[in-house]
Amino acid sequence: MSLDRSDVEKIAHLARLNIAEQDIQEYAENLTDILDLVDQMQAIDTTDIKPMAHPMDAIQRLRSDAVTEGNQRDHLQTVAPAVEAGLFQVPKVIE
Amino acid sequence: MEWEAVIGLEIHAQLATKSKIFSGASTAFGAEPNTQACAVDLALPGTLPVFNAEALRMAVMFGVAIEADIGHTSVFDRKNYFYPDLPKGYQTSQLFHPIVGIGHIDIELEGGSTKRIGVTLAHLEEDAGKSLHEEFPSMTGIDLNRAGTPLLEIVSEPDMRSAEEAVAYVKKIHAIVTNLGICDGNMAEGSFRCDCNVSVRPKGEEKLGNRTESKNINSFRFIEKAIKGEIIRQIDLIEDGHTITQETRLYDANKDETRSMRSKEEANDYRYFPCPDLLPIVIDDDYVEQIRNCLPELPDARKARFIEQFKLGDYDAMVLSAYRELGGFFETTANTAGDAKLAANWVMGELSKHLNQHDTDITVSPVTAEMLGGLLLRIKDNTITGKIAKQVFEAMWAGEGNADEVIEAKGLKQVTDTGAIESLVDEVISDNQPQVDQYVNAEPDKRGKMIGFFMGKVMQASQGKANPGQVQGLLKQKLDALAN
Amino acid sequence: MFEKTLAELAQGLASGEFSSVELTRSYLDRIKTEDGALNSFITVTETEALAQAEAADQRRSAGEAGTFTGLPIAHKDIFCTQGVRTSCGSRMLDSFVSPYNATVIENFNTAGAVSLGKTNMDEFAMGSSNESSFYGPARNPWNNDCVPGGSSGGSAAAVAGRLAPAATGTDTGGSIRQPAALCGITGLKPTYGRVSRYGMIAYASSLDQGGPMARTAEDNAMMLNVMAGFDPKDSTSIDKAVPDYTLALNDSLKGLKIGLPKEFFSGEIDPQITTQVQNAIREFEALGATVKEISLPNTQLAIPAYYIIAPAEASSNLSRFDGVRYGHRCEEPTDLEDMYKRSRGEGFGEEVKRRIMVGTYALSEGFYDAYYKKALQIRRLIQQDYVNALSEVDIIMGPTTPHPAFKLGEKSSDPIAMYMEDIFTISLNLAGMPGMSIPCGFANGLPVGLQLIGNYFAEERLLNASHQFQQATDWHKQAPTS
Repeated sequence: MSLDRSDVEKIAHLARLNIAEQDIQEYAENLTDILDLVDQMQAIDTTDIKPMAHPMDAIQRLRSDAVTEGNQRDHLQTVAPAVEAGLFQVPKVIE
Repeated sequence: MEWEAVIGLEIHAQLATKSKIFSGASTAFGAEPNTQACAVDLALPGTLPVFNAEALRMAVMFGVAIEADIGHTSVFDRKNYFYPDLPKGYQTSQLFHPIVGIGHIDIELEGGSTKRIGVTLAHLEEDAGKSLHEEFPSMTGIDLNRAGTPLLEIVSEPDMRSAEEAVAYVKKIHAIVTNLGICDGNMAEGSFRCDCNVSVRPKGEEKLGNRTESKNINSFRFIEKAIKGEIIRQIDLIEDGHTITQETRLYDANKDETRSMRSKEEANDYRYFPCPDLLPIVIDDDYVEQIRNCLPELPDARKARFIEQFKLGDYDAMVLSAYRELGGFFETTANTAGDAKLAANWVMGELSKHLNQHDTDITVSPVTAEMLGGLLLRIKDNTITGKIAKQVFEAMWAGEGNADEVIEAKGLKQVTDTGAIESLVDEVISDNQPQVDQYVNAEPDKRGKMIGFFMGKVMQASQGKANPGQVQGLLKQKLDALAN
Repeated sequence: MFEKTLAELAQGLASGEFSSVELTRSYLDRIKTEDGALNSFITVTETEALAQAEAADQRRSAGEAGTFTGLPIAHKDIFCTQGVRTSCGSRMLDSFVSPYNATVIENFNTAGAVSLGKTNMDEFAMGSSNESSFYGPARNPWNNDCVPGGSSGGSAAAVAGRLAPAATGTDTGGSIRQPAALCGITGLKPTYGRVSRYGMIAYASSLDQGGPMARTAEDNAMMLNVMAGFDPKDSTSIDKAVPDYTLALNDSLKGLKIGLPKEFFSGEIDPQITTQVQNAIREFEALGATVKEISLPNTQLAIPAYYIIAPAEASSNLSRFDGVRYGHRCEEPTDLEDMYKRSRGEGFGEEVKRRIMVGTYALSEGFYDAYYKKALQIRRLIQQDYVNALSEVDIIMGPTTPHPAFKLGEKSSDPIAMYMEDIFTISLNLAGMPGMSIPCGFANGLPVGLQLIGNYFAEERLLNASHQFQQATDWHKQAPTS
């Protein structure tokens, strides 16, 4: 699997990453190398093998439905880049 | 050419849990922005989700109610996309192993027939926050109070063929989730929202046309209008030689039309994969059986029971069974009054009128079911007439006490004293000689209708309090005596 | 004082030989003079540390001290610490003062520990050399031109450099064991789910596991006693009773069955490392253990599977860093997309971007089955290898790394070469079992690590074996000259 510039641009857009023009080629090469490395997997027949998502095949625990968190807005918004009237601010989204 | 519409619906029902699906923050509606968004909801680095047991129970209740397959193992997946009201950059949802599998409901069509609509699946997911575009001139404000509210997304088969069928389906699902108590059903607050997938094809054609999806419609009427409008738009386009673009559209209730939402449509690749922070949910048969055994009565069952037990007509039974609270109110009223038909008329008539006029929920009605039943008892035992009863109802609504207290305080008790009624009757007969003459000269089979005039006069004279049966009897007796 | 182990310091505090304030102040002073060369700390929390030490001394004089009360340690800067910058080695979080504590931090606070500060690390724990840190690389105390390993390189360098008696670390593909080996200290990656991940900034959720780093197995046991335990805030945390890990340290190793996977002794491996590891195994035989060769046939597939699973999970885990609620936001964004792309483009370093892109690609439409699902299937094969092997033997042993510490810059331009350094550690994260690295000798003057692997929840066994080895040898007592 070989990735070209346009693949890198497409992936970078999906991941919302700004990539400098001059770095695209290197990323394309690095990513191609990594994909070549992982392609070793394709030689293995894994038919009928159950994918393993959790090491111990544990199951989800349930939380009882109780409100345990109160209003922590001021505390939690101390780390926010831009807040106005309790709302997080982002550049205008046009719908 | 004759066209056929094909409609499938995706309904998002907010589950009525106290806390969020993956955090301990409150789900209450209407709080100040971001006061119900905790560290987990804000997706602070390092925070992790833990699944709310009640959300699971509610989803399974719905599955049992629509006779669906309940997945033995259900898994949460991440749906990855960037949007400011989606704090983690992914929505925790279910793609590969939804909690509720194939089920169905029956809808009633005009003319009394029913149609079975397939439910493809229902899966659990978390709601996003809200983007507020109007608050600031150049910025959008983000409120994450809603982020993490549990949603049950209910996906139908494309089994509906008209806007009316679609609305009947939505109403039925609405009735089921509200009856189960798993969703408050408040469409104005967004607790129950609907996406409509619509396509058209020539009648008889098997192949489906390109479909459009109209998003987040929040009233039954808008659903009907949006679908009707979309069907016409598509047929017009095709007949003019255009093709339908598969796209997402937004219904604008003010203009009563849908418009394209291309901005959100750019080649989405959601990169679904199982959420590694959550583990598979395993649902055993005992758990499902336990829920099945304590499932509240559902609208269809209640309707059948109302017809059987209270001898209601089909329409009355359907209306009164749709909502748990309404059904319960009716039953209490009917049992107190000992007259189901009378109770049905009053609940669907006077009570509903007042609730609507005052925008009041039945659960907080100032006239309780016991009070209404008490009022109806007084009609039945002839203490008051139906007309006076409306006056009593008004007074009860205004908080002036129960029926007996109002009747007593206002002196509305019906006059049944034969002597008193007889003197009123005699008075009316002697005061209206021309009408008496007409009566006397009329053919005997026409006289029945003419008696109404005298009835009105007597009732008027008694201020509505005279017992109408007694008045009618006496009038007939005296007038007929004059005629013969 | 700086040569004392955690256990010895605990005795010193208990006997009143020194106070926690004295102890803490001497470490803070040492950090000031020595860390310029090592760069093992990102943030030193002097004021908070002294306040905690004072509180610990008061607790002690009130007769309420526990084993850990007043002991100073350092935390990898991946654990959210309330009121303290928690950077995860990234520009993205350079100004992020965490508003809450990770469960691990809470546990240490409850135990009365003193936090000296936050240690350097590869950005978002992605790296094996500490060179991807936004704050510059930490350096190996044995040779400042060499890397300390990664991603918990700052913790390893701080402990080896005697700037802290112990530190926390996290291990996603070897990030505790590899730097422990390269810096000549003892580190333990517990069973997945044994230590809460709540508040530990996620790299790859299904692989990440926090654990202790210290000079001895005994100190690791003391640390794990505080760290381990069920946490209702972490769905992947395991609800299983936690033993006192110090109790079994002195058990005899007579009859212990050791397995040596042939795959760990072949291929690209420094012969001096093989020699040192073999010597260590002979020592275990002298202690009563028996040895047999075993096989972990799918070992070579671990790196490919890991480099799908970890980047895929990371690509999604790191989506939350969007400049909206916290973290770096670019100057004057023109619109929403510009804000996302520049904030993330500027906030993340090269290796992080590379892994996000690999993960994004692997999960994108049409590739899920070929990459992510395939990797999870291979993961099961790898786990089965371990399960089978551990049904025959008690502990698997081998080298922790194929080479001793390499020079700064030596592998930083070749990602694949860097990834291959994790060949012996990475498969264990896929399987989820516990593993340790203990010092077992030197190669060219640089420490060599012996890796011990046990079955699920066999931490006690690993600590016991390591402790017995350390009673019989003094590799763990060697100190770099500074």
